[in-house]
Amino acid sequence: MNAVTSLPVMMPASAEIFLAIAGMVLLMIGVFRGESSLRFLSYATIATFAVAAILVVTQGGGGEAFYGLFVSEGFAQFAKILILIGSAFAVLLSRDYLVREQAGRFEFPILILFATLGMLMMVSANDLMSLYMSLELQSLSLYVMASIRRDTLKATEAGLKYFVLGALSSGMLLYGCSMIYGFAGTTSFTGLAAVFAAQTGVVPLGLVIGIVFLIAGLAFKVSAVPFHMWTPDVYEGAPTPVTALFAVAPKIAALALFVRAMMDPFADLIGSWQQVLVFVSIASMGLGALGALVQTNIKRLMAYSSIGHMGYLLVGIAAGNQAGVTGVMLYLATYIFMNVGTFAMILAMRRDGRLVEEIGDLAGLSKTHPMMALALMIFMFSMAGIPPLAGFFGKWYVFMAAVDAGLFGLAVIGILTSVIGAFYYLRIIKIMYFDEATQPLDDAVSQDLRVILYGSAVVTVLFVLFISPVYDAAKVAAISLVGA
Amino acid sequence: MTELLTEYLPILIFLMIAIGLAAVMVIASLIVGTQRPDSEKLSAYECGFEAFDDSRGQFDVRFYLVAILFIIFDLEVAFLFPWAISLGEVGAFGFWSMMVFLGVLTVGFIYEWNKGALEWE
Repeated sequence: MNAVTSLPVMMPASAEIFLAIAGMVLLMIGVFRGESSLRFLSYATIATFAVAAILVVTQGGGGEAFYGLFVSEGFAQFAKILILIGSAFAVLLSRDYLVREQAGRFEFPILILFATLGMLMMVSANDLMSLYMSLELQSLSLYVMASIRRDTLKATEAGLKYFVLGALSSGMLLYGCSMIYGFAGTTSFTGLAAVFAAQTGVVPLGLVIGIVFLIAGLAFKVSAVPFHMWTPDVYEGAPTPVTALFAVAPKIAALALFVRAMMDPFADLIGSWQQVLVFVSIASMGLGALGALVQTNIKRLMAYSSIGHMGYLLVGIAAGNQAGVTGVMLYLATYIFMNVGTFAMILAMRRDGRLVEEIGDLAGLSKTHPMMALALMIFMFSMAGIPPLAGFFGKWYVFMAAVDAGLFGLAVIGILTSVIGAFYYLRIIKIMYFDEATQPLDDAVSQDLRVILYGSAVVTVLFVLFISPVYDAAKVAAISLVGA
Repeated sequence: MTELLTEYLPILIFLMIAIGLAAVMVIASLIVGTQRPDSEKLSAYECGFEAFDDSRGQFDVRFYLVAILFIIFDLEVAFLFPWAISLGEVGAFGFWSMMVFLGVLTVGFIYEWNKGALEWE
């Protein structure tokens, strides 16, 4: 009996297989029923995500599949659930926008679905080949979504910039992969880990170069400095619901991939990559905080804010221990709700039926829309990391991990930059509460946006009550990847 | 070292024959052939573009669409050949992998057909 003729293990990937089939079925429904099916497809996509989440929980713990190209364990399950939540929110946020802006294309939720499929596979990639393939599946869907409003100049510019720079980063990543393969002789993560564990003496220079290129490619995907330059332009140019997706789900996927790549195959080479990550992390935290100070467009501000957040998250990876991974996973869990809520607020910023994006447009919001102003204030305090809101705990665990790993300087710089960062978050609150409104924003805010806005605000405030179950889940996830 | 080089000897011979044959054909046609150039013969024909021209010229974006759609199905065939030859080796998994691949492409084909991407006007 030839081993190749039998079918491989597939059950751990059942969520991904289901998403792929559902995506194609929905695409066929959409293309035969036309633009009128947008509403149905949006709900069908969310239902698909719900089923996929159930499959992740029930089948996702099964270990390796497809001859070791794919792996799903507690870590992957945790990240996949977060990604599915983030993507489902993005679909919900987009529905109202697509209808009101007359940009209703039925492909939109399906593209989110395929991008999500790519993200889930990124989290489970256990080989440099499957890493690249899943990354491209995700990226290609996102490039299209950035310029889905192809009749506007800004969106096409954003899409093109994202595509060209994304292709460049994919090239760097592939170059890194080829160097690693050349020096280690395998593309499998398990195989790489075994090679490096057995290795003694000096790490070959070519291998270090390969890892640095791989990190550069991944840093681009998480928009970490110095590979962040696309972020503000793409965030500003892309339609707001797309930006809301960019800010959450792909970042979670890329970070989970980052964590897996550093902690699984390259765990024994921590001496080679730790200093790179420390630099990238400090640069991202610094630039995120300083760059955001001068922004007037709230979407650009969110871009710098997310660069800063990526810096804090990379602190957890740079720590290179189980506490760091736990911190990253917990941080990501809080990050979803703060960001989704803020973007729901940005989508609700309309004047005379048109979307406005300037921070100055929020002036006097506390008088015209007190509840919305309160919700946005909660998100801003949470992002600044003020206890007892959700954002504080992510930062706390990440910095604690850095201290555990002896990276005191990194933790101190992280705290300093979050103080600087607090300024621009507080500035938004000051504008909402103390500036006079020139012209109030529209009253009519769709039901979807209201539910997401207030729901996220409640989660952000009450997160402190659920901190221990989420922390335990994150810890179980981290242990399944790096051991206790 | 010589053993390694000997292994590459057939390639060297092949290269020399290829270069020699190409040179002979070019030179022979220059010497033996009749040369009567006119403006039609000297004008560009491939892809309909002048080789050296303003790069800002506009042309129909539909050319790109056709080219992209062509590449997908071109690649499909490029995958089918090695698959068909090694079908006995790759077994049931190999067979069903290709069926899945063809199924995905068919879905894409139905989509592009329905969207009217195959209609020129």
